[in-house]
Amino acid sequence: MNLSEKTTQYIDRLIPRYPVKRSAMLMILHAIQEEQGYLSKEAIEWTAQKLEVQPIAVYEVVTFYPMFRQAPIGRRHVKVCRTLSCALRGAYKVCDTLQHELGCGLGETSADGNYTIEFVECVAACGSAPVVMVDDKLHENITPEKTPDFAAKLKRETTPSMPPSRH
Amino acid sequence: MPVQERRIIYRHIDEPGYTIDLACYQRHGGYEVLRKALQRKPEELVQEVKDSALRGRGGAGFPTGMKWGFLDRKSGKPVYLICNADESEPGTYKDRQIIYKDPHQLIEGVVISSFAIQAKQAFIYIRGEMFEGFHILEKAIEEARAANFLGDNILGSGYSVDVVVHRGAGCYICGEETGMIESLEGKRAYPRIKPPYFPAVLGLYNCPTIVNNVETLCQVKHVIDMGGKEFVKIGVPGDSGTHIWGISGHVAKPGYYEIESGKATVRDLVYDLAGGPAAGRTIKAIIPGGVSMKILRMGEKFKVKLPDGSAGEWGVLDIPLDSGSFMQCGTSLGTGGMIVMDDTTDMVEALANLNAFYAHETCGQCTPCREGSLWLKKVTHRVCNGGGRLEDIDLVKNIADQIAGRTICAHGEAAAWPCQSNVPKFRDEWEEKIRAQMQAREHGELAARKGLRLV
Amino acid sequence: MSAPATNLVTINVDGRDYQVPAGMNLIDALELFGLEIPHYCYHPKLTVAGNCRMCLVETGMPMRDRTTNQFIIEPDGRMKIGWGPKPAVACTTNCTAGLHVRTNTPVVKDCREGVMEFLLVNHPLDCPICDQAGECKLQEFATDYGRGYSRFIEEKNVKPKRTRLGPRVTLDDERCILCSRCVRFCAEIAKDPVLGFIERGSYSTLTCYPGRELDNNYSLNTVDICPVGALTSTDFRFKMRVWFLKPVPSICTESSVGANTEVWSREGKIYRITPRENNAVNDCWMSDSGRELYKQVESPLRIDYFAVNNGKCAPDQALARAAELLKGGGVGYVGSAQSSLEEQFLLGQLVKAAPGPVAFVKHAGKGDGLLISNDATPNLRGAFLTGLVRELPKANLDELRQKVESGAIQTLFVVHEDLAALGFSDALLRRVKIIYLGTHTNLMSEHAQVVLPGLTVFEKSGSFVNQQWRVQRFFQAVPGPAGTAPDIQVLGQLLARVQGESAGGFSPEAIWPQISTVIAPLAGWTWESLGLQGRVLDASSWAHVPFPEGKSLRFDPAAVTAVKAG
Repeated sequence: MNLSEKTTQYIDRLIPRYPVKRSAMLMILHAIQEEQGYLSKEAIEWTAQKLEVQPIAVYEVVTFYPMFRQAPIGRRHVKVCRTLSCALRGAYKVCDTLQHELGCGLGETSADGNYTIEFVECVAACGSAPVVMVDDKLHENITPEKTPDFAAKLKRETTPSMPPSRH
Repeated sequence: MPVQERRIIYRHIDEPGYTIDLACYQRHGGYEVLRKALQRKPEELVQEVKDSALRGRGGAGFPTGMKWGFLDRKSGKPVYLICNADESEPGTYKDRQIIYKDPHQLIEGVVISSFAIQAKQAFIYIRGEMFEGFHILEKAIEEARAANFLGDNILGSGYSVDVVVHRGAGCYICGEETGMIESLEGKRAYPRIKPPYFPAVLGLYNCPTIVNNVETLCQVKHVIDMGGKEFVKIGVPGDSGTHIWGISGHVAKPGYYEIESGKATVRDLVYDLAGGPAAGRTIKAIIPGGVSMKILRMGEKFKVKLPDGSAGEWGVLDIPLDSGSFMQCGTSLGTGGMIVMDDTTDMVEALANLNAFYAHETCGQCTPCREGSLWLKKVTHRVCNGGGRLEDIDLVKNIADQIAGRTICAHGEAAAWPCQSNVPKFRDEWEEKIRAQMQAREHGELAARKGLRLV
Repeated sequence: MSAPATNLVTINVDGRDYQVPAGMNLIDALELFGLEIPHYCYHPKLTVAGNCRMCLVETGMPMRDRTTNQFIIEPDGRMKIGWGPKPAVACTTNCTAGLHVRTNTPVVKDCREGVMEFLLVNHPLDCPICDQAGECKLQEFATDYGRGYSRFIEEKNVKPKRTRLGPRVTLDDERCILCSRCVRFCAEIAKDPVLGFIERGSYSTLTCYPGRELDNNYSLNTVDICPVGALTSTDFRFKMRVWFLKPVPSICTESSVGANTEVWSREGKIYRITPRENNAVNDCWMSDSGRELYKQVESPLRIDYFAVNNGKCAPDQALARAAELLKGGGVGYVGSAQSSLEEQFLLGQLVKAAPGPVAFVKHAGKGDGLLISNDATPNLRGAFLTGLVRELPKANLDELRQKVESGAIQTLFVVHEDLAALGFSDALLRRVKIIYLGTHTNLMSEHAQVVLPGLTVFEKSGSFVNQQWRVQRFFQAVPGPAGTAPDIQVLGQLLARVQGESAGGFSPEAIWPQISTVIAPLAGWTWESLGLQGRVLDASSWAHVPFPEGKSLRFDPAAVTAVKAG
């Protein structure tokens, strides 16, 4: 598989941390996704071989954990928390506004490939609700009123030269 | 007199100038407790924790010392410690502060606890979404290893333990300790059946394993520091130490507050510390500690036994902030993640929101939780979208009754309790909402389709 | 049924005491008494998953006084029972002394109704077109333990249907109740972990890894153990409603393992073969290849006639000609390890009446360590037992060939074997007069002076002696083709003619008194005494024979040798 030397070396350092190889599964899948943006069939089979398990064992894990995906997404991964504390403070409105401003439907990737917007469940930052994660960064107190500015800033930061999100 | 916080765990959180690096931690006395602990016998430390009456801070409130006491030491198999940093009970964000702002406190707690239970290896299982938290912990561990606070022959004690940070990938069910163990073994996080898979006997790799919450392990550090018999004096009998309350929802000042157990009431917390509801609003309901705990409706009265043994009555705001008091009121303080809802809240939508959560998070292993939680979601969403029937009210309650107590793990209860408490307590709101929908349908109109947006 | 029955404990179920083996799984223990605890995921041969929750019962133990450690006695003299706060699954409950169980309380009834309702909310309820109908645990338990009405008005989940899981297994994911029996079977028994669950929650879906197939030779066992209609046999799919089928106990002839089977037929036509539980032989499993064997029954090549010199004739005429040839001397025999013990016994009598050398053909198989052995015949040990052979058949039939070439053998009586396929040339076969008893036409039947029709294992009754020296019975499931007779009658009548006696009825029952008189290790045995699980005989006389079988599911030749040595 076409994996950078840095990631390969990282994975080779990860495995011996665990008494049983298979335990490194989630960490390896994270590492591959953070380089390639998603987990291809090749990545699943590579991981299976690396951990000496059947490919189905990796496939079962990839589909169980919501953070893993099997296809590339937009350049920015916008994750709006929808669980109670955020919803009470307007998360659904925030999500509406983001969809409108970014030209992207919920659970979809925008036509220009810039954004993927998803609802996610509680990300453990309820005291600063509503919260939105963009890629690996948490943004707090993104109230419905602040959302247009937030979206505008996101648009300024996003350029066509960026690769699909790896987070 | 307004209530005072008592910060033990959060002593340095948000303190100006306090940083996450080892030097700062050591300037504030960091790793001194570990140094002293390593000079004692592990069994003495376990006894201190037992003496402290410390309850786990992950939500179930099980006594930590008792949990450690269950460890199977006869098998000769290695012992593992797993720190549950998969903070994912909605409403809860207390561990995040420790990980992001005082990581060495956690690591010191982990190493002390590892030594006490003689763990061969320790893992910190952190939420996959805490990208930065993972790097902070990895860096802190590197620092601690370089200073020999973990690793081989820690501070010349002869005891060695390594701590590995492991990332989850977005699953609530990994917070369940046996689900976490399966996940750490590289599998789908299917909670194990107990019996026989009690972690203290058949845990990680079928070896004796202790799973403790982040805050719990930090508390252990302070238990060892002050001694179990001193620690138990903090708080009230049956619930020692402090609780970190994270308030969210409809209050003026959402945030976290560390309060000595039982030394303040819901009123103190919600009104004095968190500033109460917004101007012109009143509070309608409170979920005490993470969304799985049973909801409390303002105006409810609870017949209780007061600390002096006499009979008394509390309203919701009168409930003292300790484990036993919430139990007397038919709910639990859980993780301390309190959610406040004001009079604008549609309680059916609030429940629908949670039902969507549990339907998304059920692992799907056992029948009642798998099918029941999705069914609950489908029914409550239909009611929120204008298609309610009066029989849905009892149906929701009954589906929940068919889940609780019949599943492999506590996700069954977590999914059922919100329904079992919300439906009977807010039956009037359910009926009103549904009758309006029925009327609208009779007139050929569409009922207001707000869905479960809440706002 | 794993625990030894030696150590019994008393448990109490719904107020009645039962003596059960200590440590035995509660579901299995109650089954011994004909008591059913409904369950889906539990299977006695697989690890416990505990996921279906159908077997929830109330459990308790006698309470002890904390100070005296004595049992607490209620005013009515009974022991006080500490009942669990929540119902417990019977599948993880092992029987210990004093265990109390309640299966008839409102709580248990409600649990069962609840689980049944949950299992059906996303189930397609397509029973009219489902192959499992009639043997479906959802149907059975819905009738026995369900509420009888549905409260579900939402849209059902949509999942893949009619998925080809492998060459022989079709999957309907909407019917799947996620019990994981098939997943566990593949991992634990077949050692081919290709199945798994993907997605999560109610959307969890059974699947094979993309590009892989469930194609191991045990794949159809997943169909057997699937409690619902999710996994179906592609071969059997839509062929017949199961309630019209009659199961008959049989034995798999694929190898010397002798897997116990059931042959399912209707009006003389076989539709499927499934394993029959025998925990000393095959547990509840059998190979896929063994299930295909019934397809030899219906064939245009079947020998359904008696013939002399390639002309069909009456049975009497063929038997008379065969007897004539045998009495003419210079006889040689080729016996068959496909023949039953009873048939071999009669062949042995024939050899005594018209003496000549007996050859057996070696049919080496490729053992898989599970339910297929290195001997691809079901009854080679029967040939030892009946004295037809004294040593293992060789890879070639050189001795026989030489005797044919030298003219020492002029008449060859061949049972089931095809010598042409073993390298006997046309010219060589023309040098002898052949009497052929077989099921299908081949070069042998073409060359034969006398053709006698034989039957397949499905069309007759008898017994085989498997690799464990276990004598196991099989029964006629369907009648043979018109114009045929069971081998045992053909051989019996031929024997009578050679001996110059009148022929009586020949059946296993009728022959067994003789068998048990003549064959020492079977002394005192009767046909009936073989039961449905077979009987193991004392085979010490053949301990020196280097049989080719290796270890299989319930057979370990090394262990047998060790016992003998010890």
